[in-house]
Amino acid sequence: MKMEPKNQYTQKILAPVRRVSTGDYLLWGVLLALLLAGLGAWTWQFIEGLGITGMNRPVYWGVYITNFVFFIGLAHSGTFISAILRIAGQSWRAPLTRAAEAITLFSLPFGAGSIIIDMGHPERILNLLFYGRYQSPIMWDVTAVSLYMLSSIVFFYFSLIPDIAMCRDRLTNVPRWQHRMYEILALGWNHSPEQYHRLEKVLDGMAVFMTMLVVTVHTVVSWLFGMTVQPGWHTALIGPFFLLGAILSGTAAVVIVLAVLRKVYKLEKVLHIGLFNSLRKLLITFVLGWFYMMIAEHLTIGYSSMTEELIVLTDKFSGTYALIFWGMATFVFGIPLLVFIFKGKNHIGWMVFASVLINIGMWMERYIVIIPTEVSPRMLPVMGQGSYLPALPEILITIACFAGLILLYAVFTRFFPIVPIWETAQELPGQVHIPETSPATSPAASD
Amino acid sequence: MPRWGMVIDLDKCFACQSCTAACRMENNTPLAGKDQADMGRAILWNEVLPFVEGEYPNIHTTMLPRPCMHCDNPACIKVCPVQATYKNEEGIVLVDYDRCIGCRMCTVACPYAVRYFNWYEPEWPEELKAHLNPEPEVQPRPKGVVEKCTFCVQRLRKARETAEAAGRTFNATDYIPACVQTCTGHARYFGDLDDPKSLVSKLSHSPRAFRMFEELGTQPKVYYLKQG
Repeated sequence: MKMEPKNQYTQKILAPVRRVSTGDYLLWGVLLALLLAGLGAWTWQFIEGLGITGMNRPVYWGVYITNFVFFIGLAHSGTFISAILRIAGQSWRAPLTRAAEAITLFSLPFGAGSIIIDMGHPERILNLLFYGRYQSPIMWDVTAVSLYMLSSIVFFYFSLIPDIAMCRDRLTNVPRWQHRMYEILALGWNHSPEQYHRLEKVLDGMAVFMTMLVVTVHTVVSWLFGMTVQPGWHTALIGPFFLLGAILSGTAAVVIVLAVLRKVYKLEKVLHIGLFNSLRKLLITFVLGWFYMMIAEHLTIGYSSMTEELIVLTDKFSGTYALIFWGMATFVFGIPLLVFIFKGKNHIGWMVFASVLINIGMWMERYIVIIPTEVSPRMLPVMGQGSYLPALPEILITIACFAGLILLYAVFTRFFPIVPIWETAQELPGQVHIPETSPATSPAASD
Repeated sequence: MPRWGMVIDLDKCFACQSCTAACRMENNTPLAGKDQADMGRAILWNEVLPFVEGEYPNIHTTMLPRPCMHCDNPACIKVCPVQATYKNEEGIVLVDYDRCIGCRMCTVACPYAVRYFNWYEPEWPEELKAHLNPEPEVQPRPKGVVEKCTFCVQRLRKARETAEAAGRTFNATDYIPACVQTCTGHARYFGDLDDPKSLVSKLSHSPRAFRMFEELGTQPKVYYLKQG
């Protein structure tokens, strides 16, 4: 008898993998064009110099660094759901683990890439290896992010192996190269109970490591700013605040992705509404946490009367950046909280609406943390206030990053099952008791 | 080993900007042009900045010449990921243009805004190009790297060479940066801060002496003498 995880939805989950439609090619084409436009802009910037951006003195860092922080934050979705919730024994998360991890995997390259794009001499990147010194927060970032990328790939791939094996066994009418790919990537997996036992063990172990990484990565990202003595950045809260924001925007991104997947790939039964209700509760917690951090940070600064800190704060509250600042507060906190509490339950449309707002707001937050401080440096009384507006290449490259993320995601879902079949199975080979990971729980059950 | 430092007497400075001009000629800083300068991209290793206090009619302006502070505990060196910016054994903070990756973390970290980034390939009008300073230390920097005041480190090397050629020992007073040499009002002093007999050392202990943002702990080696 052939051993396989028993999952009543195997057919449904594998359905999107069976064929690539014209619509897909169209979507991929558009995204690829946007990606290439960004690549073109980067080439232009490489030849001409960073002068073609809107950056200047004192605003030495602009939207590239904003994107860096944002994409690394977005990446926290997967690790949070797969690693932290795995350790916490939250079995409801099973159907959405892969969809969340894929966000991690595909946004990390654009986060790390943004740093390289921002460099005046990207071709000298290996200097980081030759002459790297750990006194610099940039080296902390490089280490943490590459470790994060590496372990995310391994974690993601390991949990994908049993499903690749199912693709190999079941999808026999796919093109030869594709089947060959499954054969190689499945590493001879034959669904033996021993294999599952080991896999679970490895994933549990890695989850602990990944949890530590999640905390570390976004904290050191914030220390890029926090370790300087610039007003508005030099605060101990910046680490936890960045981390919380990252998990918030990551979790909101999961809501968006899930809603799209279930609609486009008709996975309503597997990605049931109960998942959204669980995410809703998490999001309410994170939004409130974000607000708490916001108050803690700004009240501490505002209550004091340290001149240079107040200049930055006033610029955010009622000056040049007031619109973005209050817009951010409304997008991340005001509207989403109301929507989640009063409208979000059992209503995916509202959930997606609030989640999109959160992510727009979180991008604005990254921007509002970085730019106003640079615009009002300590030398403000003598230098005058700086200004910054992103220029065309920066906009093109930003769009390209988002397009690239979506492209990688879209292509992936056509070649691999985006819902883990084995993790949502009613019964794994050799397993006596049935895990509670069943997606078959009634739709609104988990509230 | 000398510890080079500068003292600027704000009573004597009348903001003629000749230090800025001398620095430009000595160190081959490129001309940004009006558009770029308006964007804040002019590269001026030395600037004379107006420090305005109060509001009209109770207003007081101090002109503040600002070279690199050559901090003993520089914020820029800590954050450089590739050790492209470093302090030499005589306390001068320098940049290795061949190693700098252009991440601009040092420009962001420096509280004195003394570090400049080459947004484009440097350019000069033809007339000026023929008269660039030929010293190897000040060869035009490529685009994409950070540069800053070096206390005219090429002059230090030349002073040592001259002393050696003349067969005498090098004296701290042999070396003087262009801004100090040119200063019309004799407002700038330069020398070895570790030599208690030197003029800069004495002036740095004057009751009028102060350093910029002393509270940040960067330990600048540029001292100002308070106006008035």
